[in-house]
Amino acid sequence: MIDKIVPDLSAALSGVSDGATVMVGGFGAVGQPDALIEALIDQGARDLTVIANNAGTGHTGLARLMEAGRVRRIICSFPRSAGSVVFEALFKAGHIALEIVPQGTLAERIRAAGAGVGAFFTPTGYGTRLAEGKETREIDGKHYVMEYALHADLALVEAWQADRWGNLTYRRSGRNFNPIMASAATLTVAQTQHLAELGTLDPESVVTPGIFVDRVVHVPYGDPKG
Amino acid sequence: MTDLVPLSRTQMASRAAQDIEEGWYVNLGIGIPTLIADHIPNGREVVLHSENGILGMGPAPAAADADPWLINAGKQQVTLLHGGSFFHHADSFAMIRGGHLDLCVLGAFEVARNGDLANWATSAADSAPAVGGAMDLAVGARRIWVVTEHTTKDGAPKLVERCAYPLTALGAVSRIYTNLAVVDVTADGFEVIERAPGVTREALQARTGAPLRFRETAHD
Repeated sequence: MIDKIVPDLSAALSGVSDGATVMVGGFGAVGQPDALIEALIDQGARDLTVIANNAGTGHTGLARLMEAGRVRRIICSFPRSAGSVVFEALFKAGHIALEIVPQGTLAERIRAAGAGVGAFFTPTGYGTRLAEGKETREIDGKHYVMEYALHADLALVEAWQADRWGNLTYRRSGRNFNPIMASAATLTVAQTQHLAELGTLDPESVVTPGIFVDRVVHVPYGDPKG
Repeated sequence: MTDLVPLSRTQMASRAAQDIEEGWYVNLGIGIPTLIADHIPNGREVVLHSENGILGMGPAPAAADADPWLINAGKQQVTLLHGGSFFHHADSFAMIRGGHLDLCVLGAFEVARNGDLANWATSAADSAPAVGGAMDLAVGARRIWVVTEHTTKDGAPKLVERCAYPLTALGAVSRIYTNLAVVDVTADGFEVIERAPGVTREALQARTGAPLRFRETAHD
């Protein structure tokens, strides 16, 4: 019997090693797998590369992981937001490396990794600082920049419902990066608000088919915080 | 020059909103562009897109209807209109980059007379730049309009010969709504199509960093 449901958060993250590249879903606080981030802090892996749209706010979640000195490098589109105090301080002190990626390029690099595409040409960023040193090509008179797929060792996602096969649904704007990140990592772990019996999720409503998911942990976390 | 009456932020947003056409799919950037949503003329059906996976975005909710699961790209709570839909980030940016949006309205630090846009980083030494979706929007939407004050707080022109700040996209902007004028970006540079009350051609040129041509009719 396939059963991807694990009993607790520590089982959800067992085996994560130092130096891992970790994707973290969410846009702002919505769809962000906060319980898994906290569990990663407890789990202890160090020297991490984090791929996320934002770089955390306040002193919880992603910000706390960084504050604990566990993140060597972050790849994101918008590190600076109201309350991104931990990132700002670490960056200024030279204690964290930043790779800034346009949001659509970030999404497509993740999607490409999940789809087995090695690289692609995008018009985004052509002629700007973010394209410096990158291969370019003119296709049908338009200029493009080559961007590589972005793969991770671990993806942490937040689902609304999940079953034991790992089929996932999301809630409203909580979908954001979660489905593409789920497809782009060697180990994908979903925290879910609700567990569903196999066969009760409407197949038309499943956004992430279970093939992309390795572990499911039930965390009735409630509404996004902040 | 003393009767020059710059438009307020709300008036700038309202002015730009009048030119958005029935049936358009539109993304509104953070800042003054966001205010445009409140000024789209009644009866005109316009579908608002948000980078984080929403089409058919509605206004901010009444306190009783607040939904913490539904936020816009500026991370403010919003509502969903009938006909609205949700999708993931790669699909959202396929809409943007794939030319499916009729219009995106952005803020700017500078716009050059060839349409180059600088709106994401203020200097090469900027400690922690944050680009978000600006570069994708600027290359992808069918039209890019900018809404911005005509000058900086210090009075420096924001409509310039060449951008000094790091570029967001080359040749992207087609129209600029400022607190002093409406300006088209043409193959021959800036072309003024409207001036705010009391703004003379001379006053406008004095506040602009590149030559202006005038195609407007009113306020002489």
